[in-house]
Amino acid sequence: MLVNRKLVLAHFWLAFAVFGLALFLGAWQMFVRSPLYTWISDPEWYYRSLTAHGTVMGYVFPTLVAMGFGYAISESALKQPLVGVRWAWAGFWLIVVGAVMAMVPVALGRASVLYTFYPPLIGSVFYYIGVVLVVVGSWIWVALMSVNLRVWRREHPGEPVPLAMFANVAGSYLWAWTAVGAALELLLQIIPVALGWRTTIDAGLARVFFSWTLHAIVYFWLMPTYIAYYTIVPRAIGGRLYSDTMGRIAFILFLVVAMPIGIHHTFADPQVGAGFKFIHSAFTALVALPTLLTVFTICASVEIAARLRGGRGPFGWIGALPWDNPIMLAVAFSFVLLGFGGAGGLINMSYQLDTTIHNTQWITGHFHLIFGGAIVIMYFAIAYDLWPHLTGRALPDLRLVRAQLWLWFVGMIVTTFPWHWVGILGMPRRMAYYDYSDPAISPQAFSVTLSVIGAFVLLISGLLFLYILATAHRQPAADAGAYRFSVPVHPVHTVPLALNSFAIWVALMIGLTVTNYAYPILTLAARSDTSVPAVYVGAQ
Amino acid sequence: MSARELFTFRNPYFSAGVGLAAGLFVLTALGGFIVLPYAQKELKFAGLWDAICSAAGVPQRSASVPTAKVGPRLSEAVLTPTMLARPGQESIGRGATLAQRCAICHGPTGISRADSPNLAGQYASVIYKELLDFRSGARSNAVMSPFAVDLKDQDMADLAAYYAYLPRLPAYHPTPQLPRPRIVIYGAPVRGIAPCGSCHGSLDNKTGSPWLEGQSEAYLKAQLQAFASGRRTNDISQQMRNIARAMTPQEIDEAAAYYASQPTEIVKSTD
Repeated sequence: MLVNRKLVLAHFWLAFAVFGLALFLGAWQMFVRSPLYTWISDPEWYYRSLTAHGTVMGYVFPTLVAMGFGYAISESALKQPLVGVRWAWAGFWLIVVGAVMAMVPVALGRASVLYTFYPPLIGSVFYYIGVVLVVVGSWIWVALMSVNLRVWRREHPGEPVPLAMFANVAGSYLWAWTAVGAALELLLQIIPVALGWRTTIDAGLARVFFSWTLHAIVYFWLMPTYIAYYTIVPRAIGGRLYSDTMGRIAFILFLVVAMPIGIHHTFADPQVGAGFKFIHSAFTALVALPTLLTVFTICASVEIAARLRGGRGPFGWIGALPWDNPIMLAVAFSFVLLGFGGAGGLINMSYQLDTTIHNTQWITGHFHLIFGGAIVIMYFAIAYDLWPHLTGRALPDLRLVRAQLWLWFVGMIVTTFPWHWVGILGMPRRMAYYDYSDPAISPQAFSVTLSVIGAFVLLISGLLFLYILATAHRQPAADAGAYRFSVPVHPVHTVPLALNSFAIWVALMIGLTVTNYAYPILTLAARSDTSVPAVYVGAQ
Repeated sequence: MSARELFTFRNPYFSAGVGLAAGLFVLTALGGFIVLPYAQKELKFAGLWDAICSAAGVPQRSASVPTAKVGPRLSEAVLTPTMLARPGQESIGRGATLAQRCAICHGPTGISRADSPNLAGQYASVIYKELLDFRSGARSNAVMSPFAVDLKDQDMADLAAYYAYLPRLPAYHPTPQLPRPRIVIYGAPVRGIAPCGSCHGSLDNKTGSPWLEGQSEAYLKAQLQAFASGRRTNDISQQMRNIARAMTPQEIDEAAAYYASQPTEIVKSTD
């Protein structure tokens, strides 16, 4: 049952609208620093655009998708109207206000600090306060997910929490804790300097705080995608979920091990000891585990669907899959992109291999492949799957939907593969322009040009996506029935308490954060000689 | 839900979760803090605790490592953006008195007739920093260093306030304005050279970086050459040395001539 459709639609529409705008910026950035365009003489414009692109794509867009999807899950999986609708709207409006407040100084060139903040660079205080408001808005969602689950448990003592809601709440708890790192950085370090109360900042400590957020935030972005794998895909293609328990274990593993691994983002930083870098590197390897479990479970579930449709043989069943079904297409694309992105990620998390690609375009290629590719393509799938239930109208044309997904898939590969390649060749990231006439990088001009073409394909796909969603509102009314999630092969009657609750896993998440982060943070915080003068951007 | 039921080693999920997490932590800690430090042959430790402290990132100087050779004296100036902001009238007045000694080279109105820098309207933080560096020896010049030796911090702050207060005047021998050369507009991305304006004003102003418009061409060129050859070393973090080293002699000429030909009116205010 979806009662508060407007609430969910508002979240999705805002998410996709800002996504569309940020997509334009991304394509522009790819274009101006390619050989197709003369150099921009003021790099500040590039960083201004980059800050807006990153802030929208990293904070605003995925947070809104997770929230909107979370509200939809809470209502339809628990079969109870959302408790705290007013609070949910308050959270939504906080994000609107926060996003506008952050984007105005960015547009004015007063906060070109990139979405990763990069102290000692300091921008306008309104940018940071805007980001804080976005995070606070999302924390309201975290609280509401917890409250709604509690209300449901009271009515259904001892019953297994539906997998979709279990995963949704796991994702919200992960976000609540992982956002603390950036919140500490903003509130204790950056905002006092941006307000002029202090003029020096401990950039090293700030980077450690940010690493606390920066890696686990990827798993927060990933949560809606994984929820879709487990609870939408098998149902949408007419199959069954292979294992409900495996799903619970995967989400629990994400909750526990996504957090204490962020220092692999600071491998090249001198302020963190090598021992902690090694520990974080090893723990990062562990997050491959829930992904591998998921790939196995979802492939098995897809095979079940194929065999139910008459597929035979060790591989012959693949042909029996409903390839004209957009969700089938999306999950296949997502897995391919996840496979390549994950393989690249193994290089990034290895303490020594990382040095070969550190701060090169490889990294930019990597996170676009994982987030823009594997994750966002499933956001599209979620929207397509939910839209008829939210609007009460069928999608206009499935051929358009399939074309959109194909364009995104191809566009993402054409964009990110050359990006990885020039990274291996040593092309640095975060530069506004490159001198392709220099013999050192002239051979890379072709690869960069290719990736610009990919960027424009992505832009077309993104606009097509918005067009499809918008025109769906004008279709004739059609009852899509109740929104359902996939059913496991073996009906779930009882679940061990540990797999039906979060206490142990939240405790472990916090415990591992303490063991892996406390020493680097406390020693840096205790030292008095680690601060440097702030560099105010756009302060002329 | 009962916490007692969950948080007990009789609960297999609890014992497996806690056991695996603790086991992994201990194992990776052994690897990171003991095995790996000793695996690096070039590192020498006084003992196990020394190795652990080193891997934990405790700042220390290993006994076996010879102390770094003493190189040129580096700048010790620490500048913050608000430093020297809004000086009092008294400070400017004292600065004016002290500046009488400077006029022989830097001109009575802060505009030099002797290829020394024009100081009228220069940023206060820049003048303060250069004076600090001349006093400490981080920057040296046969004429300038003796003037700075006896200055107190307050004197320097007053001089900085005075010169920053003076209006920016045209150079003593203005030359026709030259078009902006490529090295100034774009820098050279492959050689790690940022556009000059990203610190020196036209795009952004970084604390401690002077504006350059209308300065003497001979002076600008001499400074770039001094940075390139390593004779001048008071640029914090070597920014200017890295840039000047990577510039060709022709680019140095172009940049110096371009800035010397610019009118001072185009300098942006940083207030």
